[in-house]
Amino acid sequence: MSWQRKILRVDLTAGTCTPEDLNMEWAHEYLGSRGLGTKYFVEEVGAKVEPLSPANKLIFATGPLTGTMASTGGRYTVITKGPLTGAIACSNSGGYFGAELKMAGWDMVILEGKSPKPVYLHIENDTAELVDAAEIWGTSVWHTEEHLKKKHQDPLMRVSSCGRAAEQGCLYAAVVNDLHRAAGRSGVGTVMASKNLKAIAVRGTKGVATIRDPKAFMEATKAGKKVLADNAVTGQGLPAYGTQVLMNVINEIGALPTRNHRDIQFEGARDISAEAMAEKRPTDGKANLVTNQACFGCTIACGRISQLDKTHYTVVTKPQYWGASGGLEYEAAWALGAANGVNDLEALTYANFICNEDGFDPISFGATVGAVMELYQMGVLTKEQIGIEAPFGSAQALTFLAEKVALGEGFGREVAMGSKRLCEKYGHPDLSMSVKGQEFPAYDSRGIQGMGLTYATSNRGACHLRSYTVASEVLGIPIKTDPLATEGKAGLVKAFQDATAAFDSAGICIFTSFAWTLADVAPQLQAACEGDWSLENLEKVGERIWNMERMFNNAAGFTSKDDSLPKRLLTEPAKTGPAKGLVNGLDKMLPEYYQLRGWTQDGVPTNETRVRLGL
Amino acid sequence: MMNSLHIDPSKCTGCLQCEMACSFENHGVFATSKSRIKVFDFHSTGRKVPYTCTQCDEAWCMHACPVGAISEDKKTGAKVVNETTCVGCKVCTIACPFGTINYVADTGKVQKCDLCAGSPACAEACPTGAITFVDANWTGLDRMRAWAEKLDTQTATA
Repeated sequence: MSWQRKILRVDLTAGTCTPEDLNMEWAHEYLGSRGLGTKYFVEEVGAKVEPLSPANKLIFATGPLTGTMASTGGRYTVITKGPLTGAIACSNSGGYFGAELKMAGWDMVILEGKSPKPVYLHIENDTAELVDAAEIWGTSVWHTEEHLKKKHQDPLMRVSSCGRAAEQGCLYAAVVNDLHRAAGRSGVGTVMASKNLKAIAVRGTKGVATIRDPKAFMEATKAGKKVLADNAVTGQGLPAYGTQVLMNVINEIGALPTRNHRDIQFEGARDISAEAMAEKRPTDGKANLVTNQACFGCTIACGRISQLDKTHYTVVTKPQYWGASGGLEYEAAWALGAANGVNDLEALTYANFICNEDGFDPISFGATVGAVMELYQMGVLTKEQIGIEAPFGSAQALTFLAEKVALGEGFGREVAMGSKRLCEKYGHPDLSMSVKGQEFPAYDSRGIQGMGLTYATSNRGACHLRSYTVASEVLGIPIKTDPLATEGKAGLVKAFQDATAAFDSAGICIFTSFAWTLADVAPQLQAACEGDWSLENLEKVGERIWNMERMFNNAAGFTSKDDSLPKRLLTEPAKTGPAKGLVNGLDKMLPEYYQLRGWTQDGVPTNETRVRLGL
Repeated sequence: MMNSLHIDPSKCTGCLQCEMACSFENHGVFATSKSRIKVFDFHSTGRKVPYTCTQCDEAWCMHACPVGAISEDKKTGAKVVNETTCVGCKVCTIACPFGTINYVADTGKVQKCDLCAGSPACAEACPTGAITFVDANWTGLDRMRAWAEKLDTQTATA
């Protein structure tokens, strides 16, 4: 059965922790993690809820494969209504925390209400209690983890927490576990802090003993690992270069958004690429990249561990940043670099450390800095307002603003609101490179057309992790499609969205899908869980989850008008590269997408679709 | 031929597949807390190091045990705890200089690596070759080969 069949309900207002049985009927319809957590959320929380009010809830959910020997089986999802977007927010994370929570005996933790004072949740197997957090409130994620491990004399404890950015109301604050793995997007950390909940500290020694057919499970997971090892992306590219393997590739094909999407190729791309991370620095003879690192159970190991140049301006007087820590992934390197025209690898790495230390999303932060720099170049924002000169390419402005957002100081408070609110405030709403209020990640939809539809229809605002059609359009996985064409992309996006929802709900990492299809996941789930986990049913589960999220957003007030892209991408043609002269052809893809989804022309699931999916 | 576990920390990614394999083999559960091999993550240097019993010939734990509960498996060379005999006195945990034999509160006995009767689950599960089970007499063979390869004999004799 592989679910622990137990959820922990925490009433922060009353200060109580109550175990409940998992709703197994829902588990069979929504699998786990993203799907099952969202099912609980939409059943319990009204769509119109104010995201930062006590009436919003926050759910930490593991999947049936979390805490098992399935490769990458360590993931958990944080679900809430997001303050950045007002849409369903659903961010997942790796590291070790999710597996520890599952091994403590819990599938899910539901947090509701608001604590009268700062607290943290301490879980030891069946025991859970809320503990006063006065001594860690106002401190960073890094300090919080260190403090709790010391206080409880438990070096094996796993901690997930929010940082000072969240406490200060940054709308894209993250939940960070194991120092540098994050449920990073949509402001799930902001909701956590709004409830006066600083951290969840967990120790689980019970383990996962609920595999339906252990022998079949070991065989299925072993076969899955072999597929990952034999694949060029998951077996070689990602372990060696990390996701940063993409920097030069995406730049070459002319889809690297540069300087707030004014350009789509960055002359400094190589300086901030995986190749640059591995080169010895002239200053100290060491490379930025120290080693790779896996999350729990992961046989890919794409994570980067980096060490800064001690003589770099950012840290020359700050020895606390001289040790190794979580290095640049592709999205962060893009957002902190190309999006602003900054090509100083060390400055990017430092800004990334700050994002991890105080828990905020480097994508939304970096993209918002890109908008700030454009407004500065236009003369709309001044040095006096920002606190520093901020032209495109200024590493100093980038790191200055990162420190300010982390602590909620000065102009950092405005950057912390995200690009949509900031650009609206200063009279240029079109300069916010976002959908539903959430900033784009690192692929320009003029150069990769399918990503335009992906962003426009993503249930949590602009996001690459809801349907990574880059795999098909650039890397040829599972089949090569033309990145400049719009034909066939509606079907491609739908298929990716549904499959991704199933991957996410199983408790595994979406990066497995570079090598796996759902046909590789199905036998692992089937061996682990009772019920029907055939390929066909998994596809249906994924589609059901997608429509459930959509229906929540529709009820929250989103309409087809919100399935759009900023004017820049629809009217300003790409200036260089293979996509030169192209804008995104969203209008050619969206109607077909609605039709394939079984939605009305207004983007609402029809009765027939709802009945078909059991919604 | 007798084999022994050989650990190359530079290849470890910290995925903990070894810990899960160990707990599954010995306890029938995926529980890293029950594993006899532990991976240590030295965060500030980025080093990950798997660590477990090295099966000392003159094993401190075996000699310290007052009831003779630890004996050598002649086939594998592993020092094995007989749970029926073990009284949970923990003297072995004091005697072991490396900390690789530990008390298990749930059972009231100690546990240590027993090489899974000759086919260690951790080595089988390790995806990177950081943990291997190799000829006990030649655990240094790969390292010797790597250094040998670096010898530039062509230039030296030219």
